[in-house]
Amino acid sequence: MDLNIAWFALIWVLFAGYAILDGFDLGVGVLHLFARDNRERRIHMNAIGPVWDGNEVWLLTAGGALFAAFPPVYATVFSGLYLALMLVLFALIFRAVSMEFRGQVDRPGWRRVWDWSFGLGSLVPAIIFGVAVGNILRGLPIEADGTLNVPFLALLNPYALLIGILSLVMFVMHGAAYLAVKTEGDLQQRMARWTIGAWMAFVVLYLAATLATFFVSPFLFESVLSNVLFWIFFLLLLASIVYIPIANRAGKFLRTFLASSATIAAMIGLTATSLFPRMVPSSLDLASSLTIYNASSTPRTLTVMLVIALIGMPLVIVYTAYIYRTFAGKVVITEESY
Amino acid sequence: MNLDPLFLSRLQFALTIGFHFLFPPLTIGLAWLLVFIEWRGWRHGDEDCIRAGKFFGKILGLTFAVGVATGIVMEFQFGTNWAEYSKYVGDIFGAPLAAEAIFAFFLESAFLGLYLFGRGKVSKGMHWFSSLMVAFGSMLSAFWIIVANSWQQTPAGYEIRNGRAELTDFWAAVFNPSTADRFLHTFVGCLIAGAFLMAGVSAYLVLKNRGAQVGRKTLKMSLIFGLIVSVLALFPTGDHHAKQVARTQPEKFAAIEGLVHGQTRAPLAIFGIPSGEPPRLSLKVGIPAVLSWMAFGDADAYVPGIEDLREAGHPTPPFVITFVSFHTMVGLGTFFIVSTALGVFLLPRNKLYETRWYLKLLLWVIPLPLIACQLGWIVAEVGRQPWVVYRLLKTEDAHSTNVTGGEVLFSIIMFGLIYLMLGVLYVFILVRNVKHGPELLPAKEAR
Ligand code: HDD
Ligand code: HEM
Ligand code: HEM
Repeated sequence: MDLNIAWFALIWVLFAGYAILDGFDLGVGVLHLFARDNRERRIHMNAIGPVWDGNEVWLLTAGGALFAAFPPVYATVFSGLYLALMLVLFALIFRAVSMEFRGQVDRPGWRRVWDWSFGLGSLVPAIIFGVAVGNILRGLPIEADGTLNVPFLALLNPYALLIGILSLVMFVMHGAAYLAVKTEGDLQQRMARWTIGAWMAFVVLYLAATLATFFVSPFLFESVLSNVLFWIFFLLLLASIVYIPIANRAGKFLRTFLASSATIAAMIGLTATSLFPRMVPSSLDLASSLTIYNASSTPRTLTVMLVIALIGMPLVIVYTAYIYRTFAGKVVITEESY
Repeated sequence: MNLDPLFLSRLQFALTIGFHFLFPPLTIGLAWLLVFIEWRGWRHGDEDCIRAGKFFGKILGLTFAVGVATGIVMEFQFGTNWAEYSKYVGDIFGAPLAAEAIFAFFLESAFLGLYLFGRGKVSKGMHWFSSLMVAFGSMLSAFWIIVANSWQQTPAGYEIRNGRAELTDFWAAVFNPSTADRFLHTFVGCLIAGAFLMAGVSAYLVLKNRGAQVGRKTLKMSLIFGLIVSVLALFPTGDHHAKQVARTQPEKFAAIEGLVHGQTRAPLAIFGIPSGEPPRLSLKVGIPAVLSWMAFGDADAYVPGIEDLREAGHPTPPFVITFVSFHTMVGLGTFFIVSTALGVFLLPRNKLYETRWYLKLLLWVIPLPLIACQLGWIVAEVGRQPWVVYRLLKTEDAHSTNVTGGEVLFSIIMFGLIYLMLGVLYVFILVRNVKHGPELLPAKEAR
């Protein structure tokens, strides 16, 4: 395996880590819009209170790693999707501060403002991430010299919107599964129902999306069928999707949550394997695509980065696991809570 | 309408980084002060310190949240607005950015959660350790981002190949000629900002007699700490930093010192009124030979001036801004030393807590270190112009050519409005928290 392949894999691992970890934060944020009273809203926020920021760092790390390993991809995609990315940034700003601000003033009007900002600040990225992935799968109009110009409205094509809704539904399912683990009683039952509802929508949309992909981007299916990894991810996806309702019905919510995490991982794995070795296909001419070879940093930088990742990430995983263990169990509202 | 995307991208970068950099100094400074305070609370069972920890911990949490919200923007802006820059430097510049996330952001954000929410859930020792990790993580984050910035000031460890800068020596790029000086100096500036925030808030508590017990303790600590770090900002960090600039970026140095014509026994400008194009300094008051001696350790050394550098083909940065910002920063630095020294002088005579005008002064000067930090960055960044990567890449060649002026205008307006709101709310909530005071917070761990 060469360095470029290793970094292709690592970038996708980082994005998958983000989607699994901050994914439930986004889902909780969307579900927050449907909470019934102030107590429930506080439970929502405090369920992710101690961990959401660490989760979001996965996105920053993925962004930084993309910059370091594949600078032309970082530069081309982020400038090409300028307005979409700006919308995500505005939303993430609102989401980050609303948890901190909401509890500061004890007035219903004030709280309502921050509830909306938290909810929409989660909803918008949940959709746009999917829209972005959809556009990448479809191919972006990258010219032979590597330039990319897409009007914002062109990003909102039906295929990309379908993937956007799929990603929203996936995060809602994941967030509901997480909240079912962290809550009790009536709220927990309601979250179990949300999980199932979102699960059904997810299955239908996923089938539709796969079918649509056949027509929109047939090149993605060119060589995957002979790829072992593809079949591993496929089986994982199948198994975890089937297991979600079973665990949920049995009230084993932690397992539901893990299955939903596996679903996300498998789905991202399938996406990555079918894109490989392209990072961003060009819709004008596949030969102009940004690939892991024509858009990478030098072997020296890739090596340095690999060392940094191999030293850093195990440490991160150890203390993150410790912190999740510390905050395991049901949400309890205390003096320190939001 | 003809909107210049280059100009607008510069404006947006200056706006967003300037706003972001109001919060990291407070985070870093407060975090280190809290390490001391939490230690006393834990090891000595000091109830006032436990209350102080909770009280300032809340302020830290608030500051951190706004720091995070504005920092996320920075991480992606190199790609969105500076695509040509990113392609040119990515092989080198991306690594410190990724290292910052892996080594620093994870650490600070994970342990901040533990620090703020973990009281009573983990042992007291572990709780103190989490405060240490927050402080350490925020320091590391400053280090790595300053590595990136210093590389664009004084590039090293690279070769220009295939139309971009390619890494040849990682450690030479990390410890390029200005990293150490810039990091230490900025870090000290951050500590000053934290110390002045804590001192001002404590002075208020003492003045209003609200949680005055706690206030006295934190006032004393932050003043002593503030004096030490204020001295460090001037010497050795500021002094070294200036020497470094003299060696590595002579155009910037000539501009900050207002030296139009190069000379031996160059005078240090104490006062002067700068004017632009051609750069001139009128009403100049200087001390002969001191600049030569400060910059190169030799009173007879030749210091190149703006005019001779121009003749050699090195363009001058915007003169008036650079000169004024630098001198205001140094003036503020002097004020910080004098004002904290006065407080420390009043301490043993026990007059500090009765000297009301002094306590009021402390309250009003809270923002000054932040202004000094901003001015310092203006010196560093504007003083580097017209280069974005010193003597390699011009700012005008660095922006994203595929982003239109209208798009950037839209994002500037949005950032402007959102940041205005964040700034107002931050101050509003900070003031509210301070007015509530630490009295109501129970010191339950002490019992
Ligand atoms: C000297 C220190 C310093 C400087 C020059 C900068 N920052 Fe910063 N940054 C910090 C010191 C810091 C910090 C102390 O670590 C913060 C502030 C509050 C916080 O949450 O962490 C932070 C937060 C922060 C975050 C959010 C981290 C999180 O979610 O935990 C990001 C993504 C950035 N920064 C990125 C940047 C970029 C790309 C910069 C340059 C263009 C930059 N910062 C300048
Ligand atoms: C946090 C403190 C910082 C402040 C206050 C600051 C301030 C500024 C200002 C005022 C400009 C505009 C200068 C001009 O256009 O004349 C600028 C430009 C720039 N700065 Fe910084 N800066 C900071 C840190 C950084 C860091 C850490 C980096 C990189 C890692 C950086 C990279 C840049 C770049 C790429 C530009 C290009 C735009 C330009 O030159 O106009 N800055 N900065
Ligand atoms: C008291 C005497 C001081 C001296 C001699 C001094 C010297 C310098 C110099 C020469 C620079 C420019 C470096 C460059 O161009 O890259 C600088 C930048 C800076 N200064 Fe100061 N400074 C002083 C006080 C302060 C104080 C009190 C603060 C903050 C509280 C501060 C914060 C900064 C910051 C944040 C920067 C920008 C980053 C950097 O380049 O280090 N300085 N300082």
